Amino acid sequence: MSWIGHYNYWAAIVLMMLGFYVVISRGNLIKKLIGLNIFSTSVFLLYISMGKIKDATAPILVDSTLAPTTVQVYSNPLPHVLILTAIVVGVATTAVGLALTVRIHERYGTIEEDEIRAKDDSL
Amino acid sequence: METVINIVLLTFLCITALAIVQIRKLFCAIMLMGIFSLLSACLFVTMDAVDVAFTEAAVGSGISTILLLGAMTLTSIDEKRPSYQSLIAILVVVVTGAILVYGTMDIPPFGTPDAPIHRHVALRYIQQSPIEVGPPNMVTSVLASYRGYDTLGETAVIFTAGIALVALLGTYRRKTGSAPQKDKPSTLNDHLVLSIVSKMFIPLILLFGLYVQFHGDYGPGGGFQAGVIFASGIILYALIFGVDKAMRVISPSALRLLSAAGLLLFGGVGLMCIINGGNFLDYNTLAQRPIDGQHLGIFLIELGVGITVFAIMVMMFYAFSNRKGRSA
Repeated sequence: MSWIGHYNYWAAIVLMMLGFYVVISRGNLIKKLIGLNIFSTSVFLLYISMGKIKDATAPILVDSTLAPTTVQVYSNPLPHVLILTAIVVGVATTAVGLALTVRIHERYGTIEEDEIRAKDDSL
Repeated sequence: METVINIVLLTFLCITALAIVQIRKLFCAIMLMGIFSLLSACLFVTMDAVDVAFTEAAVGSGISTILLLGAMTLTSIDEKRPSYQSLIAILVVVVTGAILVYGTMDIPPFGTPDAPIHRHVALRYIQQSPIEVGPPNMVTSVLASYRGYDTLGETAVIFTAGIALVALLGTYRRKTGSAPQKDKPSTLNDHLVLSIVSKMFIPLILLFGLYVQFHGDYGPGGGFQAGVIFASGIILYALIFGVDKAMRVISPSALRLLSAAGLLLFGGVGLMCIINGGNFLDYNTLAQRPIDGQHLGIFLIELGVGITVFAIMVMMFYAFSNRKGRSA
């Protein structure tokens, strides 16, 4: 059952490609940002999958006086740190993208890429 | 068992993403995006990343859904069909995906304990952080102490994004002849169930936000999550009772001060360390015993992060919702 060991990575790649597809093939700017969000979530998934160790627990120190018998293995805390800040930064940058979209809509009256380009050309 | 849950959730995640790609109604796509975030948060829990799951649940299905909806109401609800063929796009995506899958063949299988990623600094973090830094939650130790520079940078990015958003949209509602606003109070206040239930929930949400903030050293949580949760309490209030009332509770100018104050607190702690004779963000110098210094330093910078994140998130919500009043 070798495919199970890589299922996480493949799922992350499928998600990444779906997000990528939305970004390059859809003309709607909000849809593009949604695609970008899917893309970034897939990256988060990839990092967290790499940090996981089989039969390990969350990287919070277990008080050895409370549970002395269990052997503790912790998952890697470093990807968790990187991703948790990346999520909040991601929402902040998405918000800036959305603000730009709103301004584009106020200026052009549309958020479809081809219509914006047509209006630009006609100027 | 864990593997089965993992695979099922991942499959759901892929199906949701496919639905998002297919669907033309932006509203449905945004709602599916919320589900997508919740599913990925569940996945993060199964993969032991409790702090990340916390953040994803609060940010992904909370704040980012609200912001997307806000932008959607200001623009258009439907996505038009693309006028050009996307066959090339499919080709590009399939080829790139195939190359990436080929690349994963060299990655050690999921969950391998001796994978290269676990061989370097992680060992030090896991074994030494309870002794060197103190907090039982290693994610907090790494976030606030070992990698304090990163966190400072990321807080600065969030702050910058907030400034950019205010520059683009503005926080205040312009008062130029928007009289017809009066007869259409666009709040959900009329819904009795919603307003009563949210009245009961808001104090609990705020209390929980504070708990997450100050318990972050010992359990999952910390400044980023707490800021987002606290902000979602205020945003819920604004959604139910109207943005005007919410702006009387916390005014945009107060938010602007708070967002800067949080970042300054973070930087100030770093400077304090220099003044006390250490390196920038070297908390050992903050108190007599190094471990107390670490504790104080982490407490202060988590507070700074929490304040900045909270202020920026609410400011973003204000910016989008006030734009509505402006263009109407």
